Amino acid sequence: MLDNIPTLPVAEIVDTITDWIEETFSFIFDPIKDDFGPFLDDLSGDYLAAIPPWIVILIVAVLAFFVSGKKFGLAIFSIIGLWFIQNQGQWEQLMYTFVLVIAASIIAIIIGVPIGILMSKSKTLQSILTPILDFMQTMPAFVYLIPTVAFFSIGMPPGVFAALIFATPPTIRLTNLGIRQVPNELIEASEAFGSTPMQKLIKVELPMAKKTIMAGINQTVMLTLSMVVIASMIGAPGLGREVMRALQRADVGSGFVAGIGIVILAIIIDRFTQYLNKQKGE
Amino acid sequence: MPIIKVENLSKIFGRKPQEAIGLLEEGYSKEDILEKTGNTVGVNRATFDVEEGEVFVIMGLSGSGKSTLVRLLNRLIEPTEGSVLIDDQDLATMDKEGLRKVRREKMSMVFQNFGLFPYRTVLENTVYGLEIQGMDKEKSKEKAIQALELVGLGGYIEQYPSQLSGGMQQRVGLARALANDPEVLLMDEAFSALDPLIRKGMQDELLDLQERMQKTIIFITHDLDEALRIGDRIALMKDGSIVQIGTPEEILVNPANDYVEKFVEDVDRSKVLTAENIMKRPETVSIEKHGPRVALERMREEGLSSIYVTDKQRNLKGYVTADDASDARKNDVKDLSQILKNDVPTVNLDTSMTEIFDIIQDTAVPVAVVEDGKLRGVIVRGAVIAALAGSEVNIDVG
Ligand SMILES: Nc1ncnc2c1ncn2[C@@H]1O[C@H](COP(=O)(O)OP(=O)(O)O)[C@@H](O)[C@H]1O
Ligand SMILES: [Mg+2]
Repeated sequence: MLDNIPTLPVAEIVDTITDWIEETFSFIFDPIKDDFGPFLDDLSGDYLAAIPPWIVILIVAVLAFFVSGKKFGLAIFSIIGLWFIQNQGQWEQLMYTFVLVIAASIIAIIIGVPIGILMSKSKTLQSILTPILDFMQTMPAFVYLIPTVAFFSIGMPPGVFAALIFATPPTIRLTNLGIRQVPNELIEASEAFGSTPMQKLIKVELPMAKKTIMAGINQTVMLTLSMVVIASMIGAPGLGREVMRALQRADVGSGFVAGIGIVILAIIIDRFTQYLNKQKGE
Repeated sequence: MPIIKVENLSKIFGRKPQEAIGLLEEGYSKEDILEKTGNTVGVNRATFDVEEGEVFVIMGLSGSGKSTLVRLLNRLIEPTEGSVLIDDQDLATMDKEGLRKVRREKMSMVFQNFGLFPYRTVLENTVYGLEIQGMDKEKSKEKAIQALELVGLGGYIEQYPSQLSGGMQQRVGLARALANDPEVLLMDEAFSALDPLIRKGMQDELLDLQERMQKTIIFITHDLDEALRIGDRIALMKDGSIVQIGTPEEILVNPANDYVEKFVEDVDRSKVLTAENIMKRPETVSIEKHGPRVALERMREEGLSSIYVTDKQRNLKGYVTADDASDARKNDVKDLSQILKNDVPTVNLDTSMTEIFDIIQDTAVPVAVVEDGKLRGVIVRGAVIAALAGSEVNIDVG
């Protein structure tokens, strides 16, 4: 009996919608494809990769020393870790991955913090956005890789875009949470003295929520990193691509080396953002 | 002239405020309304005036609506009904811009848990109210430092709130409120989080400041002792309604109903009651009209061993004892002035109970209550003891 019902044309509908989006918003997608992609490629491949690795390692080590409050731990780890990556011939790949992660993180923050602020001001918006954010984080990445390629073709831009979908929610969520957690008395104090809503936001809510927001940003950066392997499936260059290539050839050794490279980058970025958060909070 | 006029001001928390207002007008209680509509009555049709320069205390048990009421005065909470007139402007219907202006220029608030910004120094906290008005940096800093010096914190401007004790933090709260030079200070349980000793010090300091600066202060507390100490007038709240407004003495001596009476029961009366409250009408004889015979007669009638002597204008002249009067009659002395004694223990109308208690220990005659040399009443030892014990106080004044 069920056989009598014709197959619902869901796939066709999605295709149509995708086509429509692609054509309608091509004025957005095209510049991203044509300008933003090459820009990221040049930045990683031509500029960063052109700096001698030892200079980069030295700069990172010095920054690590000061950021961690003049302790040697992170600096030493950075030197050894980065040297190892260079030694394994993965330096250029590292630059691509780094640029992908930083680009995606910055865009995620630029989009996420304002949305989080708006969300904290409106119960309605919060109840609309919460399931959408859940959806963004739980939907398998492979599903949106395909339309992403349709919009941005292959390379860095779709990689950044895929990372954004997965990695922006924590920044939004924790910005929202951080502002909602500001003690009521402080909100009242700022209002009682006649603050405008903007003054209240900038002088009270954001400073009070800073730690929570920074924790969200830290999560966002880490999630971006976790997307680099998947992003390499749609042509994003970098360490992820090495992992993917090793996977295709069952080359355990190279896969391990590239994987270790990602872990080292993750640890360094994680410690950096955490230390920055601590310092600013004092 | 009242600086704040509150009329018929109500706040209902919940979804159906208008329905609840209707029920209030029909006389339903807060409890009934919660049951019937699910709405909470925060403040129930409060009406009162606050005079310029007055310390107006709002007192009541926890949940009686004090915080809600004080937040209606600067509209941190939107009123459901009624009006709040400040210098004849209605706050309840004012637009946002006008409201901000009033908050910036006319009133400041001090909070129970201080409400200080932890990431700002003492100075940065104090300057907040001026900063958001866009005042020039140097000028606002100067004003903030003045305010901090006023509360004795001139040396702590670079510290963070977490480095200060509770009492000092609340001084910062007070300085921040004073820096704007507002007309009205709203203080919601400002001293309730402090321990008792520091609290008393802060009360004294507030009174001191008030005397110097002549601010109007609306002070919320759940503590009757505190209310009596600092209030010029006290409004007592119960279930969102104001049940009595009066001076500390009126509240103590004439509680409007059982609720107030209960509240007032355990107060330390010796601190608040004065001579005026416990004196009674004096029995006197006149120095011009009467002689020893009349004096003796009066004393016998009233069962006294001495009696005060006044002139026609009720100016106190002294007293005569029964013994002297009886001797004088035997010796045919006609004039009271010959046996008049002058060592009269006198107090003023507003002498406190504690002082009267000390004086009355050392004297055999009743204490005379004198105003401008005129005898207004007498206090017998029994009345002092009865008042200290908290029983009925005799207030019929002659
Ligand atoms: N935001 C709110 N929402 C609902 N009910 C409230 C709210 N604020 C206060 N109330 C209720 O209003 C009444 C008065 O509270 P409040 O003014 O805080 O009393 P007080 O300060 O005297 O302790 C209480 O019954 C309280 O539960
Ligand atoms: Mg309260």
